Amino acid sequence: MLSNLAKKFFGRSLWVYHCNSGSCNGCDIEILNVLTPYYDVERFGIKLVASPRHADVMLISGGVTRPTLHLARKAYEAMPEPKLVFGIGSCATGGGSWFDTYNISGGAEKSVPVNYFIPGCPPRPEAIIYGVALALGLVDKKAAPVELKQMEFPIDMYERNKAWEERNVIYELLKD
Amino acid sequence: MWLTSKIKQVLMVIKPGVVTLKYPFEPHPVPEDFRGRPHWDHHKCVGCGACSNHCSARCILVRDVCQELRVMLYDGSRCTYCGRCAEVCPEDAITMSQEFELATGNKQDITERLELFMLTCQRCGRCYDMENTNMIERLDLRGYRYDSLETRSLIRKTTEHFDENVLKETEKYQRPTKL
Repeated sequence: MLSNLAKKFFGRSLWVYHCNSGSCNGCDIEILNVLTPYYDVERFGIKLVASPRHADVMLISGGVTRPTLHLARKAYEAMPEPKLVFGIGSCATGGGSWFDTYNISGGAEKSVPVNYFIPGCPPRPEAIIYGVALALGLVDKKAAPVELKQMEFPIDMYERNKAWEERNVIYELLKD
Repeated sequence: MWLTSKIKQVLMVIKPGVVTLKYPFEPHPVPEDFRGRPHWDHHKCVGCGACSNHCSARCILVRDVCQELRVMLYDGSRCTYCGRCAEVCPEDAITMSQEFELATGNKQDITERLELFMLTCQRCGRCYDMENTNMIERLDLRGYRYDSLETRSLIRKTTEHFDENVLKETEKYQRPTKL
């Protein structure tokens, strides 16, 4: 649904504003890498702009630190509607290794509403392109929650009873 | 003169050809040693919690809902894909896969949940008591950055029987947040 909306509203070129909110520059280098001829996102009309007032999309990297918290929000509010926000890197997604430290607000979600998360430390340039393509509806989503269960108990009950009979091993709970 | 230089430029450009990847439309393979999203093998996992102890982002949580049943939760939102969990795993149950296309709108899409049966002591029939008496090791085991019990990253308290109240209480242990 979100990608359909994005297709409708962002039918033409996406202009991207890159907001560094206390990132270690790893994600920033990957974002720069995306703009190089090798990965060339200008195929999709994506262009880096210097001001949030010109931008459709905000790429926020870094777990938002305390000094940049209100600045990131200000930059978000300066962007004209409609707007998309991409959280790039593990820090912007969930706060990274510093999710509970005193100076990090624990992810970009705490300051601005984030539409798409791109985890990775740093994410590959392909992963960033994939995220943008996902927002534009060019590719399908691949991530899904995984649930695994052990269906059988590792010790066979038969073996347990046999051991009790043969070796007289106590398996019952001790009453305190 | 300007024409020859232009022709020279064109020839220089033609030589390497087009270098741009057709990435989102054609897959681009990752290098061999690439560390992507970690995957657990629930047949091999013994639930020792070593991955949880070594996780630098503390995104692997251990939750004991009752005796003989342990739930391991992997929260991929803050995982840095360092591969330490795969390195310390004594049973090689964790493999770093080559998945990197993890962009999503919902954080729950990059989580993993593992339900394990724990072995019990042959003498008393209870699970091994993992609460260490050594203070230094205790610091290591519990999320020492948390002041309150509710937001510890690692909870290793078990009850002797399945207790619904414990299940209800530990519901909020899943994703420790800042206080």
